[in-house]
Amino acid sequence: MIMNMDSLVFLIISAFTIASALGVVLSRNIIHSALALILTFLGVAMNFFDLGASFLGLVQILVYAGAISVLIIFAIMLVMKPDSAATNPPTPSRDTHFIGGLLAWLVMIGVGMAIGLTRWPAMASEPAEADAVGTLATLLLGNYVVAFEAAAILLLLAAVGAIILAKGDENP
Amino acid sequence: MIGLNHYLLLGTVLFGIGAYGVFAKRNAIAVLMSIELMLNAVNVNFVAINRFLQPAAGMGQLFAIFVIVVAAAEVAVGLALIISIYRHRKSVDLNDFNLLKW
Repeated sequence: MIMNMDSLVFLIISAFTIASALGVVLSRNIIHSALALILTFLGVAMNFFDLGASFLGLVQILVYAGAISVLIIFAIMLVMKPDSAATNPPTPSRDTHFIGGLLAWLVMIGVGMAIGLTRWPAMASEPAEADAVGTLATLLLGNYVVAFEAAAILLLLAAVGAIILAKGDENP
Repeated sequence: MIGLNHYLLLGTVLFGIGAYGVFAKRNAIAVLMSIELMLNAVNVNFVAINRFLQPAAGMGQLFAIFVIVVAAAEVAVGLALIISIYRHRKSVDLNDFNLLKW
């Protein structure tokens, strides 16, 4: 079977993404987990580029692979124990592993079967990829401006709350 | 030919890996990372549906942007909470977080 270029690109990108996601979950060193998480974010960003959502891919790289991963790595450095090989151990309880694995498999099989059985409606219109940023801007500052403002307030509150929480008591 | 189903399956697998990580990890930061994986899986689904079904122009990407915003807020507050608990308990092990148990 000869695969065309699109399928090959998709397969490579998704294999990369899933492998690094497994690295996040299975690694026993939390620094390695964090680095694998960055690779996963980059893999998802590549998927976005592949899907024609280039603005969202850039946002993914900037916000996730840039900001959030740096935040996570800083937090790891603040709380890490000296023995880095044992910083991210799996739960000792076998039952928890069993329930978690069972739940994950149930989700994957159930949703996978649901995806296979669903008849998707035909595409309403051809994708307009040329001006995605303009479309998003019109939506964000037009019909959805209230949600946009609410998101801004949420971010402000989260930043202030994070500072207050992390600073702790002045005089304990 | 790569279609919508392939992307949705990729999102499902990512979500499953994240769900397993939430159960199987003891380090609170690792659990936060697994939650980020699940949110990314949802974003993949949104963008794929936006690309292949196009309910309205750009709608799926708009949803994905809001998911990213909420995820950024969530991870900031979550890490601040973990650091705050670490200051009192000297641990990030979820089994040591029993402040609400009695």
